[in-house]
Amino acid sequence: MKGHLTRLISGGAMAGLLGLALAACSSTPSSSSGPIVIGISLSLSGDFSVDGQNFQRGYELWASYVNSHGGILGGRKVKLDILSDASSPTQVVTNYQKLITLDHVNLVFGPFSTLLTVPASKIANRYHYAFVEGAGGAPAAFANGLHNIFDVSLPVEDSLVPFARWIAAMPASQRPKTAAYPTSNDPFTEPQLPVARAILQAAGVKTVYSQVFPAEVTDYTPIADNVAATHADIVLLGSVDVPTVSAFIQAFAQQHYNPKAFIATAGPDQGAGFVSAVGASNTGGVMVPNGWYGGYNSPSSKAMVNRYIAKYGGTPSAVSADVAEAYSVGQVAAQAINATQSLSNKKIINYLHSGVQLTSVQGAVKFDSKGENGKAVAFAFQWQGSNFVQVLPTSNSASKSPLFPKPNWGS
Amino acid sequence: MTSLYSGLIDGVLTGGVYALMAAGLTLIFGVMDIINIAQGVMVVLAAYLSYVLAAHFGLDLFVGILVTVPALFLLGIAVDWAFIRRLPSRDRTTMSILVTYAVAIIIEGVLTLVFGVNYVQLHAWYVTRSLHLLGFYLPYIYLFGFGLAVVLMAAIYLMLYRTRFGRSVRASLQNRSAARLIGINVDRVATLSFGIGVAVTGAGGMVFGATTAFNPNSGYDLISRLLSIVILGGLGSMAGAVTAAVSMLVVEDVVASVWSPLWSEVVFFGALVLVLALRPTGLFGRSLSRSQ
Repeated sequence: MKGHLTRLISGGAMAGLLGLALAACSSTPSSSSGPIVIGISLSLSGDFSVDGQNFQRGYELWASYVNSHGGILGGRKVKLDILSDASSPTQVVTNYQKLITLDHVNLVFGPFSTLLTVPASKIANRYHYAFVEGAGGAPAAFANGLHNIFDVSLPVEDSLVPFARWIAAMPASQRPKTAAYPTSNDPFTEPQLPVARAILQAAGVKTVYSQVFPAEVTDYTPIADNVAATHADIVLLGSVDVPTVSAFIQAFAQQHYNPKAFIATAGPDQGAGFVSAVGASNTGGVMVPNGWYGGYNSPSSKAMVNRYIAKYGGTPSAVSADVAEAYSVGQVAAQAINATQSLSNKKIINYLHSGVQLTSVQGAVKFDSKGENGKAVAFAFQWQGSNFVQVLPTSNSASKSPLFPKPNWGS
Repeated sequence: MTSLYSGLIDGVLTGGVYALMAAGLTLIFGVMDIINIAQGVMVVLAAYLSYVLAAHFGLDLFVGILVTVPALFLLGIAVDWAFIRRLPSRDRTTMSILVTYAVAIIIEGVLTLVFGVNYVQLHAWYVTRSLHLLGFYLPYIYLFGFGLAVVLMAAIYLMLYRTRFGRSVRASLQNRSAARLIGINVDRVATLSFGIGVAVTGAGGMVFGATTAFNPNSGYDLISRLLSIVILGGLGSMAGAVTAAVSMLVVEDVVASVWSPLWSEVVFFGALVLVLALRPTGLFGRSLSRSQ
């Protein structure tokens, strides 16, 4: 009986494997007259769950807008097939493999973070799918020379440039003398700091701390305490999430260390989630680089923010940039589909590489040969009271004056 | 030299907080042979309870543990009744990993439904202030958390070594069959021990939530660290949990302070592997086989 059962299980497993192999061989999308199915893997749990769920909102908001405005390709509705990857670079591979080979989705959109975009884009490339994404802007995402990847957002390498240039342009008497650069070892954060450091060092701002720490640290206190001990005038923190920023702010406050400027690569852009974690009295003057914020001055962005607030509540300051990044992915893909009048991934890839300029809620989109958005503009945003406002570049008419020096923690 | 002292102070104070969170995990294993994978999520649950009490009822965080500890005790009793006591005696430890993982997923799901995934942190005057002593700023939250850990660990020690119930626990820990033969209700002892083990997280969760921004998913990072602590200390040993927690954080914090943060975990886990190679039962662990 046991032997029979074993044979049955073995046979079933073989049949399953055979089925999967056959499915993989015939990965042609089921493109009929039904809905356009778009496969997405998102971090709905795990380390990136906040960003993942904001991305989900962005994608769903875009799909709902498209469907309520007649669909794409002559009235075809959009249907999202979203799988959770639990923030795992392994699971994201499995998910895209399933979406393409088993679910036969028409198109795929990107996940959250460069960490997951890199392996996911390789799977999409293997099956010749276009891979339009909004959160894989680090150099690592383009280092493989893939022809199918397109990032609609700001290339992260240049994110801190407006901040560094602003500091460098200050009169010598006001300009900070020293800077600290602690960063998480993440493909999103690490490329940003050397670019800013080069600008600041050229302006005479001395580096007094530059250390990389693991992405998941048991205790941030000694790292933050070491930064505080340097008494650096400004701190540029390479962070991927709110807890990292919150831990540094808490330790700085405990050490009575108040840098003149504090910018973190991610975390302060999380709206209400950031305020809730660090406390409203500690947000003043905290900065973050990005390509978009809730008060972004463009009609399509304002319309999206209004729809977001109508659906989820809150204020423009509380809308995460993740929402706009995801929404932009949908907008760019829709323009490519409409322009090519096709769901052919090959045609879409060629179209996006043609040098055409597209639009999104984040502004203009034009892809270079690597797939980076050459039209994206870097801004820096700052918490001023309960408002999250654009402050850099100062030459931009929508920018408000930055708070400098930053108010003390707890004030 | 200042960095070394600073790392030592940070390590000892934070280690005390981790000892508090690991104590329940090791107590539960010691008495029941149960590895409670849900302990990390229960710490997060306790942090959320403290958050609700502080934000909606204005209770001070330390006063709030008078509510969270009993609440977590009742949760522990309920989990034991619903899941743990139904485990078969064969492969009990292995099965407990699966069952408590399921419990963790259930708790995480409920927390996500109720609170969403945005990060929150507990706030009070002592969370961002510190005591200036001998040139060092000692954060009040870590000082108070360390003090709380000492008090609770002492209370658990007194309970185990100075009460009739404690004798029952230790008898069950040493030989379950013999404990039954001398009239100890081993199942009741196990249920209460599970409740106490979970209750301790009520206090640990509050300190965790005051020192770390958390969301419903934060328990998974935590459980891997807590398991490292109890394995290094020796599964089932309270003294081992305290020693291992402080050692782990001191090693990590000193390495991060005087050398590089990137090497802090490498050095700790290198030391962990070395200790386990020389002493597979951990620093204070009992024999892997025990009388049933």
